Amino acid sequence: MTKVTMTVNGRKVSRDVPDETLLSQFLREELRLTGTHVGCDTTQCGACVVHVDGKAVKSCSALAVALDGAQVTSIEGLATNGELHPMQRAFNDNHGLQCGFCTPGMIMSSVKLVETAKAAGKTLSEADIRQGLEGNICRCTGYHNIVKAVAQAAQEM
Amino acid sequence: MYPTKYHKPADIDAAVAALGSGEDPKVLAGGQTLIATMKQHLASPSDLIDIRGLGLSGISASGGGVTIGATTVHAEVAASKDVHPALAKLAGGIGDPMVRNAGTIGGSIANNDPAADYPSAVLGMGATVVTNRREIAADDYFQGLFMTALEEGEIVTAVKFPAVEKAGYAKFKQPASRFCLVGVFVAKTANGARVAVTGAGEDGVFRHAGLEAALSSNWSPDAVAGVDVSADGLLSDIHGDAEYRANLIRVMAKRAVAAS
Amino acid sequence: MNAEVGIGARVKRKEDKRFITGKGKYTDDVRVDNQAYAAFVRSPHAHAKINGIDTSAALEMEGVIDVLNGHQLTGDGIGNIICGWAITSKDGSPMNMGPWSALATDRVRYVGDAVAIVIAETQALARIAAEAVAVDYEVLPAVAASVKALAEGAPQVHDNAPGNLIYDWEIGDAAATDAALAGAKHVTEISLTNNRLSPNAMEPRSAVAIFDTSEDHYTLYTTSQNPHVARLVLSAFYNVAPEHKLRVIAPDVGGGFGSKIYIYPEEIACLWASMKTGQSVKWTSDRSEAFMTDAHGRDHVSTAKMGFDENNRIVGFKIDTIANFGAYMSLFSSAVPTYLYATLLSGQYDIANIHCNVRAVYTNTVPVDAYRGAGRPEACYLVERVMETAARELGVSPAELRQANFVRSFPHQTPVIMNYDIGDFDANLEQAMAAADVAGFAARKEEAKSRGKLRGLGYSSYIEACGIAPSAAVGSLGAGVGLWESAEVRVNPVGTIEILTGSHSHGQGHETTFAQIVAERFGQPIENVSIVHGDTDKVQFGMGTYGSRSGAVGMSAIVKAMDKVEAKVKKIAAHVLEASEDDIVIEGGAVKVAGTDKQMLWHEVGLAAYTAHNLPPDLEPGLKESAFYDPANFTFPAGTYICEVEVDPETGEVEIVQFTASDDFGTIINPMIVEGQVHGGIAQGIGQALHEQVVYDDDAQLITGSYMDYTMPRADDLPSYSVHHASTPCPNNPLGIKGCGEAGAIGSPPAVINAITDAIGNNNLAMPATPSAVWKAIHAAG
Repeated sequence: MTKVTMTVNGRKVSRDVPDETLLSQFLREELRLTGTHVGCDTTQCGACVVHVDGKAVKSCSALAVALDGAQVTSIEGLATNGELHPMQRAFNDNHGLQCGFCTPGMIMSSVKLVETAKAAGKTLSEADIRQGLEGNICRCTGYHNIVKAVAQAAQEM
Repeated sequence: MYPTKYHKPADIDAAVAALGSGEDPKVLAGGQTLIATMKQHLASPSDLIDIRGLGLSGISASGGGVTIGATTVHAEVAASKDVHPALAKLAGGIGDPMVRNAGTIGGSIANNDPAADYPSAVLGMGATVVTNRREIAADDYFQGLFMTALEEGEIVTAVKFPAVEKAGYAKFKQPASRFCLVGVFVAKTANGARVAVTGAGEDGVFRHAGLEAALSSNWSPDAVAGVDVSADGLLSDIHGDAEYRANLIRVMAKRAVAAS
Repeated sequence: MNAEVGIGARVKRKEDKRFITGKGKYTDDVRVDNQAYAAFVRSPHAHAKINGIDTSAALEMEGVIDVLNGHQLTGDGIGNIICGWAITSKDGSPMNMGPWSALATDRVRYVGDAVAIVIAETQALARIAAEAVAVDYEVLPAVAASVKALAEGAPQVHDNAPGNLIYDWEIGDAAATDAALAGAKHVTEISLTNNRLSPNAMEPRSAVAIFDTSEDHYTLYTTSQNPHVARLVLSAFYNVAPEHKLRVIAPDVGGGFGSKIYIYPEEIACLWASMKTGQSVKWTSDRSEAFMTDAHGRDHVSTAKMGFDENNRIVGFKIDTIANFGAYMSLFSSAVPTYLYATLLSGQYDIANIHCNVRAVYTNTVPVDAYRGAGRPEACYLVERVMETAARELGVSPAELRQANFVRSFPHQTPVIMNYDIGDFDANLEQAMAAADVAGFAARKEEAKSRGKLRGLGYSSYIEACGIAPSAAVGSLGAGVGLWESAEVRVNPVGTIEILTGSHSHGQGHETTFAQIVAERFGQPIENVSIVHGDTDKVQFGMGTYGSRSGAVGMSAIVKAMDKVEAKVKKIAAHVLEASEDDIVIEGGAVKVAGTDKQMLWHEVGLAAYTAHNLPPDLEPGLKESAFYDPANFTFPAGTYICEVEVDPETGEVEIVQFTASDDFGTIINPMIVEGQVHGGIAQGIGQALHEQVVYDDDAQLITGSYMDYTMPRADDLPSYSVHHASTPCPNNPLGIKGCGEAGAIGSPPAVINAITDAIGNNNLAMPATPSAVWKAIHAAG
């Protein structure tokens, strides 16, 4: 067991956890932030994506103990003061989700996709969005409305 | 996952010492492959030695070439203006954005997955693998599927890429994993063309003599057309047999040269 | 009335908020006191005898609570897993169903077959302990391919299914069809496989079983599309607990696509283990486990002959199909390649003679059952591949050949049971052709050629049967259950409305669409309507959601219950307002006396019903009605899909450059949600056509055991879709709904393959048309 301290969604948390605890398990089981989902075991589906120190990462493939001191934002921390993030709103506006399981990871990835493009002064084309989402698998939507949602949010962010 | 003990050494000596301490220790860098294999119980290291705190991350230009620290993540290489554009393109096509934010060049070449991208660039550009003990030429470093010249207690610290006249990379993705079904890295160097193929060989990444000869005499996509690419020694699996891979080697080589 | 939220309005989904903020509650999110975790010991062999199980090493581990095996399970009277639809072979014999115990006792029959359940204090420990259970296997020969399983001398999967044959079934008139084919001017022949798929709902299956020792009561949280059916089957057939002692809750469920209809060994074992150990037992599949335990779909091998007369009219259609059922008969497995498949072989066409023979076969593979479309994609693929092939052979355009054969008068009785109630197949074809700019295709093909690309166009005019199903009809065909739906409408004293439905939403948006029909009917704000589903303690009963039935059947039950509420509302209002019931109308959220200014507001009626101070003397207090709705017929969604592709001849890579859909779903409640269903269905159909396939090797080892080898379509694999509607309302249910959940997956695969074969000039191309397969087909064509 190792003591891990991180700031998760703006709140400082400490837990003693086994060294092999994944960040996804730390969030789901220790903090009971169950919005972060696990849909595969090969680092592919992206349902578990969160932001660590400002970057999108797959929380199923990161050890909690390695993230001592990190700033973590999960889907539960994306809205600020009850105000939905433009990406969350865009997913609702465009019917970018059906069963909702991939949605938290999809939104967290999409936020960073848009932020990264903006930082580089780049406008995202449909092809860019599709390529940018290759690390997130959705089985329900056929991606059509997800792509529309990301495009909308990119205008608003 | 099986229980493991995590170490975060402060310097390379402490890392080496930690590597010597456990029953079955493993070096942890980005973890994008290792952690998945641990989850599937395909690996159960007694100790994980995290080398991300050793200051091995970063890209520095020197003597026309560039040195990339072992724990530099793919995203950083992809965005770098200092590395050759072919190398940046390769790094920007590994896995997906999240994998690129975590996965490292050192991890990739230490693992030497036969379908990984980086080995083709390291071998194709004739790079040098730097470890805590020595420098290893790419031609000597890759030794078969998941096999390298690394010895026990030896840790990759950087990769030195020399300057080349031209270079290009083309990858045909294995459709499920998005690793390489075939990736071809071509480089025009002062000593002639180098062509490295990943994803296709039964023994992992390899150089293709026929393509190198053709491109050494004529660096153009057309030069590839006449080269006989044999299916012998190439992998066959559900995503493509050896014959198809041989075809892709030719097509990707042509596209890599065109992109150079 | 109520145009912003009523029928036809693009209302944003009410359920989204919890999902986009991470507050959805899925089964794996449930954690209760006294929580223990389960892992299964699974066979690494495709076929083996179990000579012994040594659990001692696992039991010695600190934190391991128990390890339980199949002999203990059957010893406690837990029943074998059943198939709920009896199919009779053409010689009159019943189907040969082999025994399936939730935990294998003497023999394992596929890689992943469960032999023991380990209960431990943590999930990680349960999995480690499961590896420490030593099973003494005696490996037996195994077979994975259905055709091989039928061959002489093939390994026998079940002793009571000689030759691995489960049934040999037929439909239609063989002699008349043979005669029609013999007299045909042209006969098109084709051999096709319909590739085996893994459903891959993104939420892995999960179960939390809670046994209350003081009440002898069980609660099961589970990833189910039909919690009431789960309770019924767990009680009546598996003897886990009587129904009144078992509560099944399917909370938020992350996609189903058929795979979460069935009651799997894991749920049975977890419930039983919770009683045995006195612990709450939780199991969550990982993706690798899902590949080897979630029911697979499709896996048909067929040959077909279609005969045409001199006017290119179809005179006869003869089909022979072998269906791979895997190692055990899953819940609805037997119905899929029979009544959900062969009954749709008439397609959109007027065909006088059809005969289809189906042999169902055991193999040493994961059980196969309904996956999005369930039988109808297999039928559509066959019919529409044959039509396109015939058009090429006959030298007519694919559209012309279809139009020459469309059914145009309704109702239309096919020779394979189905009676099409309504449709306008020309309208869908024409709409799709216009939207796809078929007229401009030749120019686009030329332009592509200049870039070294091969461009092709493919059609698919699909029909399917939804709204399953009239209970008496399916009962006469062997179904073990009725396929009605139930609903309850509760108007609260303050006028807000709760709808309790037996349908289950796992992505379909019921909380929105169901609320829309209520808001429209009673003129209430949609925020005042809530939908309750997925809990057997709350909802009276339900048959669940599959087969695109929730609109046509589930909403019809709500309408029926609303009819009763409306009648009572009118009685109350007539009494209070001293008017005749016949003069009462519900308008703009008020209950009015027509032609006067006398009215009660909606909530005033609710309050009156519950205060009961001033009700007609014969009227009970309260305002709550329930209904059971049994459909009168199947519904028949239909449409035309047109796919346009570009193929890179150097690599065989296919790009879908345009995908156009024109669907007839009857009445559409929420176009936004319906389009979403079409997008998702098409994506799965494209997945089947281009990417996906479960592969076993010759020893029946699963090769595609993870996303490293099973290709899931990703955003950059797929196009945007051009989706259109040309609707004929269904005459057989109150809202005119046909159903939209599966059409995309049914209609799209043949359109894709027809387009690719058009592009490359070689019709011999199997699904999935991977780059390597297409490249080989190009080269085989010379």
